[in-house]
Amino acid sequence: MMNLDEIEKNLIKEVSGVTGVPDGAYNFRLNGKSIGRKSSKNINVDSLTDKDGLKITIQPGTKNEAVHIPVIIDASGHKETVHNEFIIGEGAEVTIVAGCGIYNCGVDNSMHNGVHVFRVGKNARVRYIEKHYGMGPGAGKILNPTTELYLDEGAEAELEMEQIKGVDSANRKTIAELAAGAKIKINERLFTHGRQTVDSKIQVTLIGEDSTADIVSRAVARDKSAQNTALEITGQTKCRGHSECDAILMDDAIVKATPTLNAENLDAELVHEAAIGKIAGEQLTKLMTLGLTREQAEAQIINGFLK
Amino acid sequence: MLDVKNLNFKIDGRQILSDFSFSVKPGELVVITGPNGSGKSTLAQLLMGIKTPDSGQIFLDGQDITKLNITERAKAGVALSFQQPVHFKGVKVKDLLGVALTGEDTVYAENLDNDAISDALLKVGLKPEEYLDREVNNSLSGGELKRIEVASVLVRKPKLLIFDEPEAGIDIWSFDNLVKIFQDIKAAKTTTLIISHQERLMKIADRIVVIENGKIKVDGSFAEVIK
Ligand SMILES: Nc1ncnc2c1ncn2[C@@H]1O[C@H](COP(=O)(O)OP(=O)(O)OP(=O)(O)O)[C@@H](O)[C@H]1O
Ligand SMILES: [Mg+2]
Repeated sequence: MMNLDEIEKNLIKEVSGVTGVPDGAYNFRLNGKSIGRKSSKNINVDSLTDKDGLKITIQPGTKNEAVHIPVIIDASGHKETVHNEFIIGEGAEVTIVAGCGIYNCGVDNSMHNGVHVFRVGKNARVRYIEKHYGMGPGAGKILNPTTELYLDEGAEAELEMEQIKGVDSANRKTIAELAAGAKIKINERLFTHGRQTVDSKIQVTLIGEDSTADIVSRAVARDKSAQNTALEITGQTKCRGHSECDAILMDDAIVKATPTLNAENLDAELVHEAAIGKIAGEQLTKLMTLGLTREQAEAQIINGFLK
Repeated sequence: MLDVKNLNFKIDGRQILSDFSFSVKPGELVVITGPNGSGKSTLAQLLMGIKTPDSGQIFLDGQDITKLNITERAKAGVALSFQQPVHFKGVKVKDLLGVALTGEDTVYAENLDNDAISDALLKVGLKPEEYLDREVNNSLSGGELKRIEVASVLVRKPKLLIFDEPEAGIDIWSFDNLVKIFQDIKAAKTTTLIISHQERLMKIADRIVVIENGKIKVDGSFAEVIK
């Protein structure tokens, strides 16, 4: 199907784990064009008519299926805004693997703005995996993802969002609204180095009774990079929310973490934990007593932390 | 095997170890005991290179290791089981023991000798299938963390094994296990220092050293020490 060079294959592998053609439904996008698409019996992948992007419809009751929609850019200076819409039918269970990789070897910034909107039907379950990755010696690799989720009664969403490496600038925004009995779990992993900057806002609103949110953001900031994380949970009814923001600071990096909890009902139970600090000296010491150099010990700790 | 010569170590102007000298013969098992705060853990940390003495020297098999850093001492064959186990976020038991086994970061290691790791866990009374994928953090009980700490030095094949209060937090049933571990180590003739307050461990020792106020008060057999 797709005629990809080594760099492109590598980008796809980094952001979606896919080598070759995945099972089930997929759409591969390279420099703004779809270079391979397939729908399956239960998952329909279509182009949106009014915007650049996809409409992915998952039939009610679909079980154990996955859809892969990696995006890669290797034409230096390519800039795009993509809207993807996901309609997940009642009771469906699906894994969606997105992710964007940029290779830039030129002088102009490359940029991907991705807007993903999820409508998760009653009692449906979605697992969403998104990895962002940049490489190449050229100018900026810019990735601005916006993720919106609307969870109907009893729906569940689990998000694994990871900015692996090499993304020079990111403005991340994740918004979720939950109806009664819905659950969301968000795991965010951010790694910045060099002079990279990332802004990440996560806002979850617990609208329906007994809805729950669990947000964990873990970050490592190296060199002169800067991160700004804002986690916000609003509880409008009897509900439970937990957010945790944990960052390892290295070199001359800067991390700002702003937690917000809005409890608008007596029975809203909201908790936030935050910790920013350098790698604990005793962790380095312990690994060095096992024979690692300081650098190896750091790598081991960071990799474990971000896993 | 180990020769410690005239170690001096101060913290904030306070003398913790004074002109401290002692030797351990190859294959010997020595228990170091003494009151809280007498300087036992400090001695262990000086031997491992975690702390640096103000003066004095440490020899391992005749080689002066005083100037070696922690990593170099680990590679030279010194191993220390910490009094207070360290917590990690995201590092799993199998990662920690993998590092201990190979002396390499296991980030990309996939062909670990899992039998050696499982053996070490079994020795400390933990079922590998239940613990290998657990994170080395607060979700483990104090006793479990301590056992994993002990396992992390057992998987290595060091020349000099140092245990800092290995019995702390370990229940009585498991303490039998621990005694068995030290009997095996003794039979295998690995040179070992155990910092402990436990009589049962003193009874297996070849020698007991009692430290008080940073100095050796008694150095002798179990019978001599309890006098
Ligand atoms: N970082 C430090 N700052 C100040 N004092 C310290 C520090 N580390 C150790 N000490 C002091 O050094 C002395 C020796 O401590 P050490 O931990 O070696 O004692 P120990 O013999 O191992 O005691 P225990 O039986 O309680 O484990 C103690 O008085 C302790 O308070
Ligand atoms: Mg001590």
